[in-house]
Amino acid sequence: MRIACPHCGLRGVDEFAYFGDASVTRPAADAAETAFADYVYLRDNPAGAHRELWSHALGCQSWLVVTRDTRSHAIETVEAARDVALARTSEAQS
Amino acid sequence: MSTDRYSIFSVLRESLRGHSGWKPAWRDAEPKAAYDVVIVGGGGHGLATAHYLASRYGIRNVAVVEKGWIGGGNVGRNTTIVRSNYLLPGNIPFYEHSMKLWEGLEQDLNYNAMVSQRGVVNLFHSDGQRDAYARRGNAMRLHGVDAELLDVAELKRILPMLDFDNARFPIKGALRQKRGGTVRHDAVAWGYARAADGRGVDIIQNCEVTGFRIEDGRIRGVETTRGFIGAGKVGLACAGNSSRVAQMAGLRLPIESHVLQAFVSEGIKPFIDTVCTFGAGHFYISQSDKGGLVFGGDLDGYNSYAQRGSLPTVEDVCEGGMALMPSIGRVKMLRSWGGIMDMSMDGSPIIDTTPVDGLYLNAGWCYGGFKATPASGDCFAHLIARDAPHLVATAYRLDRFARGRTIDEKGVGAQPNLH
Repeated sequence: MRIACPHCGLRGVDEFAYFGDASVTRPAADAAETAFADYVYLRDNPAGAHRELWSHALGCQSWLVVTRDTRSHAIETVEAARDVALARTSEAQS
Repeated sequence: MSTDRYSIFSVLRESLRGHSGWKPAWRDAEPKAAYDVVIVGGGGHGLATAHYLASRYGIRNVAVVEKGWIGGGNVGRNTTIVRSNYLLPGNIPFYEHSMKLWEGLEQDLNYNAMVSQRGVVNLFHSDGQRDAYARRGNAMRLHGVDAELLDVAELKRILPMLDFDNARFPIKGALRQKRGGTVRHDAVAWGYARAADGRGVDIIQNCEVTGFRIEDGRIRGVETTRGFIGAGKVGLACAGNSSRVAQMAGLRLPIESHVLQAFVSEGIKPFIDTVCTFGAGHFYISQSDKGGLVFGGDLDGYNSYAQRGSLPTVEDVCEGGMALMPSIGRVKMLRSWGGIMDMSMDGSPIIDTTPVDGLYLNAGWCYGGFKATPASGDCFAHLIARDAPHLVATAYRLDRFARGRTIDEKGVGAQPNLH
């Protein structure tokens, strides 16, 4: 598997570190305890398109959100995690 | 039902008849309209559950539904190692129960599963690791499990081919469990299937569950590709795909699916007569009765349902092997394959009831499911039959994550790809 880093181009997967499901978001500080338990432990774990966090640890060290099919390992999109987070914040504000 | 009892006499009789009299080891059953219990998943754990339901807990109106063929998943994709060398209180009694069931398995099933207690040797490479393994061995012995700490001299007698004076990872000794070893994995599936079938369990292959019928919070049956099958109780034993199946019942699980690879070399002469694990990397190896070296290592590390792995992991595993025993460097690798693991959030399994009445969950086996097969089947059958957990499986609750009672042998927290 190779991942197209937006900054470095197409690189082998062994340059990247995996940090799991990118769709889970940290609950508000005053959210119920169960919301935090769900956030830490529960995952959709889909067979199909999966949005996930990778770090280009042995490259430019940027954080990425990769959309990948877990049945075929085919990668659909690679976005900078920063852009995804900013879009999420502006969505929440508008 | 349809099978003979296997013995030296049946083998002699058939050898004189040109082996024309053997009957199929289990029936290819058609689904009935309803069962007392339906087990989803015809792997080792599902078949073992059916066997113990029928033989220990008196429930014989049971079906095992399997989307492919029995034993086509992880029970046929592992490295066949069995052991009970755990550290934590929630785990040791369970895996020791499993080890004891392995020791009596062939007599119980009347099936040759080639149980071979050749020993499991975990190497250590530093003083700190020696302390950790001594502690583990002591915990095992306090629970009545066999364990012994070996020094280098003893180890050199057992495993002379190891690179003891490796500059980076010198070998300082090992923790050995003599009763550990290997079991012929396919025969475990076939033996349980035959024994369960013999007690009236229907094994229904090529029958994929597509949904659950739940009314007023209670399970009524399963929708399958071969029609609706009514059920008083349903047990899920489909590790690898637990999240996918449980989702159909509206459950979200503390599990990620990951691919783990395993490897077999070409057959060579007797080389290693025990199971050996590298303590400075992740690598474990044994030799099959056909002569192939059977070995494996880490997960690929990212969510996958693909049943195939990537080359960087192949390289990593082989580097581990070379660091441990350079003499295997010229041996050719014959086959590699991948299996899909239910990686739970604390590295330990789940055997519990669910919020749906009559729906039971057996999941999260990470990459330690094979050795657990008999105890998993016994404990799951106990839970389904009596609605109470088996004494050795009380810690494997689904709510332990939210309650902060995780069982984390490796101590890495909620990162499934690191367990």
